[in-house]
Amino acid sequence: MSAPLTSLDRPNSYIGRSVPRPNAKRLLAGRGRYVSDLRLPRMLHAAFLRSPHAHAKIVSINTEQARVLEGVHLVATGADLAKICTPWTGTLDHFKGMTSAPQLPLPLDRVVWAGQAVVAVVAESRSIAEDALELIEIDYEDLPVVVDIDSAREVGTPLVNPGSASNVCFRSQLDSGGVDDVFATAAHVVEEEFSFGRHTAVTLEPRAIVADYDPGAEMLTVHHGTQTPYQFQDLYSRHYGIPEARVRVIATDIGGSFGMKLHVYHEDMAVVGLSILIGRPVKYVADRIESFVSDIHARDHRVRARIALDAKGEILAMDVHDLTAIGAFSTYPRTSVVEGNQVIRLIGAPYCFRNYRALLEVIFQNKVQTSQYRAVGHPVACAVTERLVDMAAAKVGLDPFAIRAQNVIADDAYPQTSPTGYRFEALSHQECLKRLHAMMDYDALRAEQSDLRKRGVYRGIGIATFVEITNPSPAFYGVGGARISSQDGAIVGLTPSGEVRCLISVTEQGQGTEAIISQIVADQLGLAQEHVKVITGDTEVTPHGGATWACRGAGIGGETALQATRVLKRNILEIAALILQEQPAALDIIDGEVVDAATRQQRLPISEIARIAYFRSDTLPPDTQAQLTVSHHFAPQGYPFAFTNGIQGCSLEVDVDTGFVKLLKHFVVEDCGRIINPMLVDEQLRGGVVQGLGAALFEECRYSDTGQLINGSLADYLVPMAMEMPDIVIAHVETPTADTALGAKGCGEAGTAAASACVLNAVNDALAQFGATINSIPITPAKILKALKRF
Amino acid sequence: MKARAFSYFRADTIDQALDAHARAGDDARFIAGGQSLVPALSLRLQAPRLLIDITHIAELRGVCREGDTLRIGALTRHCEMLTEPLIAAFAPLLRAAAPFVAHPAIRNRGTFGGSVALADPASEFPAMTLALDAEIEIAGPSGSRRLKADDFFIDLFETALQPGELITAVHVPLFRSNQRFAFDELARRRGDYALVGCGMLATQTGDRIDDIRISFFSVGNTPTRVKGAETALTGFSLDAARIAAAQAALDNDLAPPESDEVPPMMRLHLARVLLGRLLGRLGEGA
Ligand SMILES: Cc1cc2nc3c(=O)[nH]c(=O)nc-3n(C[C@H](O)[C@H](O)[C@H](O)COP(=O)(O)OP(=O)(O)OC[C@H]3O[C@@H](n4cnc5c(N)ncnc54)[C@H](O)[C@@H]3O)c2cc1C
Repeated sequence: MSAPLTSLDRPNSYIGRSVPRPNAKRLLAGRGRYVSDLRLPRMLHAAFLRSPHAHAKIVSINTEQARVLEGVHLVATGADLAKICTPWTGTLDHFKGMTSAPQLPLPLDRVVWAGQAVVAVVAESRSIAEDALELIEIDYEDLPVVVDIDSAREVGTPLVNPGSASNVCFRSQLDSGGVDDVFATAAHVVEEEFSFGRHTAVTLEPRAIVADYDPGAEMLTVHHGTQTPYQFQDLYSRHYGIPEARVRVIATDIGGSFGMKLHVYHEDMAVVGLSILIGRPVKYVADRIESFVSDIHARDHRVRARIALDAKGEILAMDVHDLTAIGAFSTYPRTSVVEGNQVIRLIGAPYCFRNYRALLEVIFQNKVQTSQYRAVGHPVACAVTERLVDMAAAKVGLDPFAIRAQNVIADDAYPQTSPTGYRFEALSHQECLKRLHAMMDYDALRAEQSDLRKRGVYRGIGIATFVEITNPSPAFYGVGGARISSQDGAIVGLTPSGEVRCLISVTEQGQGTEAIISQIVADQLGLAQEHVKVITGDTEVTPHGGATWACRGAGIGGETALQATRVLKRNILEIAALILQEQPAALDIIDGEVVDAATRQQRLPISEIARIAYFRSDTLPPDTQAQLTVSHHFAPQGYPFAFTNGIQGCSLEVDVDTGFVKLLKHFVVEDCGRIINPMLVDEQLRGGVVQGLGAALFEECRYSDTGQLINGSLADYLVPMAMEMPDIVIAHVETPTADTALGAKGCGEAGTAAASACVLNAVNDALAQFGATINSIPITPAKILKALKRF
Repeated sequence: MKARAFSYFRADTIDQALDAHARAGDDARFIAGGQSLVPALSLRLQAPRLLIDITHIAELRGVCREGDTLRIGALTRHCEMLTEPLIAAFAPLLRAAAPFVAHPAIRNRGTFGGSVALADPASEFPAMTLALDAEIEIAGPSGSRRLKADDFFIDLFETALQPGELITAVHVPLFRSNQRFAFDELARRRGDYALVGCGMLATQTGDRIDDIRISFFSVGNTPTRVKGAETALTGFSLDAARIAAAQAALDNDLAPPESDEVPPMMRLHLARVLLGRLLGRLGEGA
């Protein structure tokens, strides 16, 4: 009954086709429905007074003048909200031994980072609320500040959380054994210490929430700019003691998220409480300045790593120590240790070697929390691995392509298990390497590079292989006790006029989820895509599921839609068979018409089946109950993750007098399994690459030694912009996963995973003849000039 | 963040604007393009009681020749610097600097007078008034006056403007055929404020430099003329040795501030590199 998934010449074959996103026109026409734009009747506005200190005791709070300001409806402190909201703790059971202090919407007696919200004001307008903030007096008593990652670990250092034994949040160790022996006898050992600056997501639309508690219905509705509405439905229900069925979270259009908007934020929890306290809708939109000091940050790792090779350049072992600082709390409910955990597990992933040892230490400090942000851990693991491989290549005397070709896991050697325990179903490193070499015209690039050097122009070429984690099973969060679903649900129904509606739990955050789901449904049913309507992001109507994170939308959500649609198609054909007095197996659907499967001769439009089933069921045989709405869930089985792989390359020019880097061209060869919409995949990759290039050259949250963020505005925190971005050329290898019928894996983080590693390698390539090396990201002019000893 | 509430007054003449300012007891701000003032209001860094909109004052508009100078009205927008033929012909250094000022959306609103009045040390145009030996035309409660750009910039965001005074225009000596100019800046991203920027105007007899004015921005609290470097070049033709001498003179001319991202010695290095490159271009007849 099901035609092959990839043949593009069959009717309604949308899988593998670049069709436009159905919602693109609406968004371009300015008809997006963002939470920032939302205005509800009787809605009030919240603003927060924030701590100027990185660590201080709250001695007293005087809100009297603020309360009496005209237009102010409510002033709430930590104590007020603690009466109605239970605390949360950002730990998960499968991270053995991790600790974190309980958190409340607003602190009771101590602030732990500069920018932490302390008092909330609810007023007629945001402007009035901010007037009131100026009238609040808080008396603080400074406490010792823990900023630096080294001093945070010293014995006797001040503690971020008094009462805890140290500032260590989590330690984890991997050891396959034999590492010391291998290093003692290896022909070549290279070692480097790398640092990765903190950076943050900088979404176009900042965090936005409108909480609307209706005391009459005892019902909480939250319009929330998030990628995970079900998770928040669960959390608001449990922490505010409202039955889950009376909590509705609506996540409509969202101006970018990148993982940043799937964490619990103190302000968001507070806004829910404020609405409950006041019985009116309350809106809060973080402004850019607030975003910088309250959105999660990411990265902030220092990694010392070494690699051992034999005389011919065969990789034998790696030994890694990752130190990462995560702020004052571990983030809820996904924790702040996943990034470090992925760093130590992804290092070395593309390569065949057996001896691996890694130590991860996760440290508290008085800064805003870090947590999952696009490509969690991948860029760090990739940069460490790929830079070491390049350093090793130079030492052994191999070209960067040659050493990788020699060491990647062979395409025909799968399945494989990495020394860190990851199980790979099937990857395509060799094929990707070959494709990249040709696509870059590598030999010509090298020739050009050496010509230009003679003229004082310093070009660098860098490549980086990577492995990406996608389609996570419950092994990711579920096993740790988090109520975060790894399955998805879909409801697919035939409308009375023969169109299809699909309500599905994966969400749209601008990446085109709704487009690919409509492609899959149309493809599987046999319908024009414009007759499929996809509805996402409302816990009241869409079934419970994981939503969007960790590159799961296409692989898991897509398979859910596929399976649901196949059931619907079977049901439709059963009714058609009754009407036509045929066997269901002899029929098929093409372009919304039931046809003879063999001859494709049209028999009956599906709109006619819908008409009969919905309005003239009396004409169907007795006991026929047409099931033209199907609900279906799919939970991933088989491999715990669907790993993807790829390789990136870049060409750039370093101005050795100014330390400026000009990106010339970027290349990606990527294997995300079955591609549903090539255009969307390419743009995901490009967007991801640009974020990785931002990390490589521009983005860093810089702090003073008193814990103040010193570049928290878009004038000072540099995001990548179009003028500085190179052309990004993309090619694909397709290795579908056999775990699903669809065969799709994720692609949303692949671009980010290796872009910074490529740039790091290319800059070092450009600087090689000066004996200068860079081991720190972002790569700024200051670092390059320092390495070149120019000042 | 949202601005504190303020009153708004639209002035149609210079006198109305000055009068409104005085009546507000100087708790007022003139607003021109708003590209610097509005962010400051939104961040509550400034919260005047009254905004006086000067963008409808006809006397502040327009570019015209007046004898041997070009009178550039205070309301001349950054984007007009790119399109106005009189600017291209008689103040080409301003034309050269304009594409580096912010982005098109900001250039469509931001004004020359606003930029000079604000005196951001990282701004292109204030520094160029120094290189051009411009005069600032000022109207105030006690009448009008003209001040040399050299005497205008005093300290960080501090100028010779008294409270309630308005820049009405900037006068620039007309560009002559025996003059050459060069402009460039080192910015991380196109449109950003530069790490270091520089513009220069040289008057020559043949290859010999009779007079040169070199002005840096983003190097300290004010736009900065580098007189040591100017002296090192005056009376000479440009060659490698002269360029090196001018670069070396920057050590005394500049004292860049502490900054976590661009340490003083790095900024000095970048200034030397930029000066060398610009003088190289000047020598090639830029
Ligand atoms: C994102 C961004 C990037 C920018 N990048 C750059 C850049 O790269 N280079 C650069 O130079 N600038 C940059 N700017 C600033 C921009 O050029 C401003 O337009 C300019 O500095 C001020 O001009 P304005 O007309 O907008 O002044 P306003 O914002 O209206 O006013 C600024 C100040 O000047 C006063 N003022 C205005 N006009 C007069 C007058 N005629 N007499 C007396 N006082 C007056 C006002 O009272 C106020 O105090 C940027 C701005 C933004 C928002």
